[in-house]
Amino acid sequence: MEKIDILTGVAVPLKRGNVDTDQIIPAVYLKRVTKTGFEDALFAGWRNDPEFVLNQPAYQNPRVLVAGPDFGTGSSREHAVWALRDYGFTAVLSSRFGDIFRGNSGKQGLLTGQVDEADIERLWAAIEAQPGVEITVDLIARTAAIGDLTVSFSIDDYTRWRLLEGLDDIGLTLRDEEAITEFESRRESWRPRTLPVK
Amino acid sequence: MSPEPTVRPRTLAEKVWDDHLVAKGENGSPDLLYIDLHLVHEVTSPQAFDGLRAEGRPVRRPDLTIATEDHNTPTLAIDKPIADLTSRTQIDTLRRNAQEFGVRLHSLGDVEQGIVHVVGPQLGLTMPGITVVCGDSHTSTHGAFGAMAFGIGTSEVEHVLATQTLPLKPFKTMAITVEGTLRPGVTAKDIILAVIAKIGTGGGQGYVLEYRGSAIRSLSMDGRMTICNMSIEAGARAGMVAPDETTFAYLKGRPHAPEGEDWDAAVEYWRTLQTDDDAVFDAEVFLDADQLEPFVTWGTNPGQGVSLNERVPDPSTIIDPNERASAERALEYMDLEAGTPLKEVRVDAVFMGSCTNSRIEDLRAFASVIQGQKKADGVRVMVVPGSARVRIEAEAEGIDKIVEEFGAEWRFAGCSMCLGMNPDQLAPGERCASTSNRNFEGRQGKGGRTHLVSPLVAAATAIRGTLSSVSDLSEPAARETVEV
Repeated sequence: MEKIDILTGVAVPLKRGNVDTDQIIPAVYLKRVTKTGFEDALFAGWRNDPEFVLNQPAYQNPRVLVAGPDFGTGSSREHAVWALRDYGFTAVLSSRFGDIFRGNSGKQGLLTGQVDEADIERLWAAIEAQPGVEITVDLIARTAAIGDLTVSFSIDDYTRWRLLEGLDDIGLTLRDEEAITEFESRRESWRPRTLPVK
Repeated sequence: MSPEPTVRPRTLAEKVWDDHLVAKGENGSPDLLYIDLHLVHEVTSPQAFDGLRAEGRPVRRPDLTIATEDHNTPTLAIDKPIADLTSRTQIDTLRRNAQEFGVRLHSLGDVEQGIVHVVGPQLGLTMPGITVVCGDSHTSTHGAFGAMAFGIGTSEVEHVLATQTLPLKPFKTMAITVEGTLRPGVTAKDIILAVIAKIGTGGGQGYVLEYRGSAIRSLSMDGRMTICNMSIEAGARAGMVAPDETTFAYLKGRPHAPEGEDWDAAVEYWRTLQTDDDAVFDAEVFLDADQLEPFVTWGTNPGQGVSLNERVPDPSTIIDPNERASAERALEYMDLEAGTPLKEVRVDAVFMGSCTNSRIEDLRAFASVIQGQKKADGVRVMVVPGSARVRIEAEAEGIDKIVEEFGAEWRFAGCSMCLGMNPDQLAPGERCASTSNRNFEGRQGKGGRTHLVSPLVAAATAIRGTLSSVSDLSEPAARETVEV
């Protein structure tokens, strides 16, 4: 996973709430068995609409999505994160996120910053005053800035640390290998087994 | 596993959490939790197995892992090769991965194949006090047994395959207390739709929900599964019901349920899995079951629902600007006028199935209403059992005949039109009364319009062609309902 500290790029206002993961990537695109190449599937249901924000010339090659509340609710599909990442997004700002989506993001190097709803409105106003403007998202300071406007965002300390260090979860967990084995030795015999015990 | 003695009163969720702690997180890092049961399906697993292969890691506990094919599988002609090539590739990939990593797989055609959340409980693998995960948000279903069960993303699937654990921050707890007695024609599905309408699609974010109260206690396991299934639609990753005699009776004798001394030890432990009297929830919600009516969604998220007797709401009366905009968009997408009585809304299709409502009791409830009737002209009605075994059980009871005589299609098991990854999809503009869990834009097919309902409402709607409850049916015989 690549490290993230301070990133700067084009900000896109997605002025809708309740953008569930079915909207981020419809189910028909989940049939692939690869982990990349989902950029064509991002918001596929809306991409045919010439008015849709990603179709506007000012918002080409975007880096940061500034979305309405409850972004990424619904289905657990990590493909939603892959589609955003493959399209070029490195960060999403919203006042509320779906829990599973937010967890998935942290594991794939997509920064999700929780910003007050009023600040989201301010960011939208700043972007729309100057479509195509760049935003700087500073994970160290937990701030997002467009010109003179700086807002703060929250992200839990642990995810922030992992993003800053670019750390892989499985490697971290396997440092606790002994504790896992010890736990398994205490596991009661009534607990389920899918296969006969070897 | 008994942790250090504690005097602090705890909720059910906290007890299960504490009993799975491998390592307690320090300085803001998450706890490491042991996973008792990992369910796998074809859609969210290929990239996870690929990750293992790339790192040369084995599946740590194939004996705690089980896979089934459900999302992509056709519900017709299942003996033929899958026509859609990408679907076939995904299924073939799962078969290869299961073989290579030693994971038990129930393939299409197998008697234990079916929707992953129907198969686990049916085999007796899902039991109280265990942790269950799956790369599917409706894993919350298994919480009906008093298990801690939640959906995970593909990176986490890989993590569990490799380590049988997950790093997790503790959830907050929310009590959802439903007291009273449901009226005839009102079911578990109506309870959960009403709960989601009340707290909203984000209301449960960060919480484990515990469903409590007399109305929950009186539900069968199938009904409890319907409720826990849709916890995620309220934003909660998990929903739970404390185990009781209903739970034990359901489990006893199932293929993977404990036996003999193990059974006794398990039940003794399971009886301790009640929220302590003095335990404090972080949030509480109350619902009166006596007042509940059959529910239906009018919009494009599961929180946009009302009683079936009501009218399509007027967005201009909604104060919150985001909610208002969302309602306006929803009515446009759904092609509905504010103020229209919902019972005047005509449907093109009825879908009876999904991990929310495809178990034997759901099929019995549906069949009890349509028995001896004919479906409305021009309405396509599809009945999809949740698993091959449910299908066999239903056929033994003659439900397939009732469905076919009604003019509906009796299909093979799978997720089917709940999410339309297989050919079972709505055409653009088609309107469907669906017993599934999500009414998102395009969920059941691009441009398709979904109204979420219970099996009883689905059946009455299939008869009348407009959104209907069983009380709208004129023939008294048809009013007999089965409790779900």
